[in-house]
Amino acid sequence: MKKLLFFIPFVVFIALGVVFYQQLGKDAEYMPSALVGKQMPEFKLVDMASDTVVSNSAMPNEPYLLNFWATWCPSCSVEHAYLGELAEQGVKIVGVDYKDETPAAKKWLEERGNPYSLVLLDEMGRFGVDMGITGAPETFVVSAEGKVLYRHQGVVDAEVWQTLKEYMQ
Amino acid sequence: MIGRWVIAALCMLSVWGGAVFATEVLEFNSPDEQQRYRVLIEELRCPKCQNQNLEDSNAGIAIDLRNQVYSMINEGKSNDEIVDYMVARYGEFVLYRPVHDQSTAVLWYGPFALLLIGALIFILVVVKNKRQANKDA
Repeated sequence: MKKLLFFIPFVVFIALGVVFYQQLGKDAEYMPSALVGKQMPEFKLVDMASDTVVSNSAMPNEPYLLNFWATWCPSCSVEHAYLGELAEQGVKIVGVDYKDETPAAKKWLEERGNPYSLVLLDEMGRFGVDMGITGAPETFVVSAEGKVLYRHQGVVDAEVWQTLKEYMQ
Repeated sequence: MIGRWVIAALCMLSVWGGAVFATEVLEFNSPDEQQRYRVLIEELRCPKCQNQNLEDSNAGIAIDLRNQVYSMINEGKSNDEIVDYMVARYGEFVLYRPVHDQSTAVLWYGPFALLLIGALIFILVVVKNKRQANKDA
């Protein structure tokens, strides 16, 4: 009995080792979205193309991607070309120009092409806060009924799209 | 020569001026509200830079959320309403003081359980040693 007690530190060591090993390689920045499974919040934002205020009813009637981007965001220029490819394949993408200057954003879309079926202007970042974003780019999968299905933080590429695609169905 | 000094002085002034503007000057209706603001931005965590609270962080989102806390206080919202607003958007993750529920029970009560176990072992050892000493005497 007494000898068994000497093994307590060893057992604790093994237990901690297992716990720490499981944490290895995990993305410490990853944070689950509080909105997944919920209805997208109500919004009233200016539509870039028509310069009029639109609300949730302006969103596509099919599953779509909601992509937060900005001209000041380096990663956004990285993913832009890939979003263009997706749009060509017929994927509906709604863009939110997040805390940006509209003339610069218009120029950006003219120069690089516009993958978005609709671009909403969130100059003050209020809608970004309502969606719980922490920066740009961030991409949500939203259902035809306006329910948030998935959130991805960071660049969308072919690999990420494989995951997003499953939520689009 | 004097002109140079004037330019130097002006440069210094512009530097100080910038520093003054860099610290946010927020006006509150009462010292009580100012105190609530301090406490809230200290207890809410920045969702971008996870080991800082809203007060310490200079990330864009932290600045936005600080402004949000400020305007909600000015609108007369209670602390609970402000915290609920943040949790609805960013999850319980934003709370530096986690809520008491099943998933956080170990966090809240684990240390006390360990302390209790430690105390029990300590008492057992002391009692045992005393018995041993009595036997030897």
